[in-house]
Amino acid sequence: MDAILLQILNGLDKGGAYALIALGLTLVFGTLGVVNFAHGALFMLGAFCAVTFNQLIGLEKVTIDPTQTTPWGSPVEIRVPMIEEWLGPTGTFILDYSVPFSILAAIPVMIVIGLIMERGLIQFFYRRPHAEQILVTFGLAIVLQEIIKSFFGANPIPQNPPDTLRAAADIGALFGFEPGNIVYPYWRLVYFLFSAIVIGCVFAFLQLTTFGMVVRAGMADRETVGLFGIDIEKRFTVVFGLAAVVAGLAGVMYTPILPPDYHMGMDFLVLSFVVVVVGGMGSLPGAVAAGFMLGILQSFASMTEVKSIFPGIDQIIIYLVAVIILLVRPRGLMGRKGVMEG
Amino acid sequence: MTKIVRETAHGDAIRFSLFAVLILAMPVWLVPFGAAYPDLMQKFAIYGLFAIGFNILFGLTGYLSFGHAAFLGVGSYTAVWSFKLLGMNPLPAIALAILLAGAFAWVIGYVSLRRTGIYFAILTLAFAQMSYNLAYSVLTPITNGETGLRVLNSDPRVLDHMMGAGEVDGPLVTNLFGMEMSGLPGFYFCAVWLLIGMFISFRIFRSPFGLMLMAIKSNQNRMNYTGISTRPYALTAFVISGMYAGLAGALLCVTDPLAGAERMQWTASGEVVLMTILGGAGTLLGPMLGAGIIKYSENIFSAFNEQTLHNIFGFLPDGIEGAVVSVAGLFVGEGWHLTLGLLFMLIVIFLPGGLIEGGHRIQAAVARRGKGGGSGHQAQPQAAE
Repeated sequence: MDAILLQILNGLDKGGAYALIALGLTLVFGTLGVVNFAHGALFMLGAFCAVTFNQLIGLEKVTIDPTQTTPWGSPVEIRVPMIEEWLGPTGTFILDYSVPFSILAAIPVMIVIGLIMERGLIQFFYRRPHAEQILVTFGLAIVLQEIIKSFFGANPIPQNPPDTLRAAADIGALFGFEPGNIVYPYWRLVYFLFSAIVIGCVFAFLQLTTFGMVVRAGMADRETVGLFGIDIEKRFTVVFGLAAVVAGLAGVMYTPILPPDYHMGMDFLVLSFVVVVVGGMGSLPGAVAAGFMLGILQSFASMTEVKSIFPGIDQIIIYLVAVIILLVRPRGLMGRKGVMEG
Repeated sequence: MTKIVRETAHGDAIRFSLFAVLILAMPVWLVPFGAAYPDLMQKFAIYGLFAIGFNILFGLTGYLSFGHAAFLGVGSYTAVWSFKLLGMNPLPAIALAILLAGAFAWVIGYVSLRRTGIYFAILTLAFAQMSYNLAYSVLTPITNGETGLRVLNSDPRVLDHMMGAGEVDGPLVTNLFGMEMSGLPGFYFCAVWLLIGMFISFRIFRSPFGLMLMAIKSNQNRMNYTGISTRPYALTAFVISGMYAGLAGALLCVTDPLAGAERMQWTASGEVVLMTILGGAGTLLGPMLGAGIIKYSENIFSAFNEQTLHNIFGFLPDGIEGAVVSVAGLFVGEGWHLTLGLLFMLIVIFLPGGLIEGGHRIQAAVARRGKGGGSGHQAQPQAAE
């Protein structure tokens, strides 16, 4: 029983990342009708926002203390991060919580990147065949990841979660199991909660605001909305920016779990596409549900008990599920009729 | 008034012989480009085959597969295993690779072709990633994982030993009845396969089967309404293009008996899509042209380093030179993929029909000017060249 609970917990953080990326993909597809192969690159850019932010606030001021010397005779260099010098304890706090704080930096950056991408490239591809949309965004993804590679190198850059969240929580004791059996890192819990909150915000935005209502109307029938005198394209551009922010935030918060490198976007993108297909193209709840479901399935498949029966199942379980779903329910779990048929 | 340009069998024969002469004479006319060395020409021929095969699927039926590298990988592994077990003769290796890649393509195609459009692209991508992951993890006994599969002197090589050629000093090289398949003979071996592949591609383009495939691209619904099930045709095209990829993979191992999983990665699939698009999808010669250009520029660009850049831009004033070199340095050497990605985007944005279409446009513009006015509203030749 507790082994099962542990695997479900293990799947939640990865599932959260899948769900966030798939949500953005579905949003962009549902509104703009564009298949965005560069969406994974947005996830990666978000992660590198966190890296850059960390490097910026980590800039150090070096002072030489002539009174002390190192064992080999040279004066001791005292390195103090500038932000600590300016802000004192607040600075130390910001330095410790650099990952959550980089969300603040990532939101405007991702909005700008998203808007530039949509206005600069994607808008010219609305009416072109899907194959060309796939190809051009694929090219863009390569360009973005190569640019990141040339600035940050090819090696993963580890990021630390805040000190207080570095430990693991004894979840089992909370649920009345024997303590010590189900231990789970705090940060993964934080990631799951964070992704749930972001997903909730996106849904609330779409369901509860007038803007969201117009966007949903546009998804259903953009021509009629246009006839009401609403510039639906402008709203859809904002939706693209929103999707970029969601993907970017998913990337920012994922950095302590997986050290970011330049090709993480593509790795996640392929899986997220599978998630979208399983959930049903064009269905937002489907994308979220399938994201968490596949994340949990994957963690179950990587249990040693399962692996001893089906070796290598953890590598391919997601693709297998996708193939079976597409054969049994071609529209995916919650796909609607008429979306991407034919 | 539109005039449909009909391709005649005669015209095709001329075109094919011209192509054959061009390919076989590559060691001569590539000298001024500095590309006339066997390794590179082998790559031209092999990736040309790969792209020609991909074009039969993508160019004719419009199904965009993002997983063709999987077949390339399967072909490579099969070929190396054939070297290990049977012997260093490339012919059985190629036959086995084509068969196995075809069978693999049949399985994947059977499942993937149930869906069209984006679903198809994602399904093929998922299958390719699945094969790639498996090749790296569980299938390590077969694929030798990260190290890559190579031929060892201790391998059985039954046929070689039967013919008394079992004991070899030094590295093992594939040989066709005593002829070593490296250097120029290796290139000619690949070139012959390329010509065979090109010939089959010509035949398919002009056959009723090819017309059926083009009909799938132009309007699949209408085909279904007329009571024709399109899936067997698309599946056949998929299997054929998978076989081409398997052949290309085997040839890669014939020229260098080593197979690695990175050949199956999605970047390799993307590269063949780019080759086809760059030359012109749905045209006969386009994919070959695209493959040649990509492999040639890869060779040129990735060889550059900072020193060569300094030599090239040496005539500029110092400050400007430094800036130019550091910017240009992003695009060459290690950064060659950045150039590739940019090229990819530019082609899709401005010239979705590829270079061949660009050529036709220029030709049409020149012809119009020659006639002196806009009277000659000539139709684009239907999927010619």
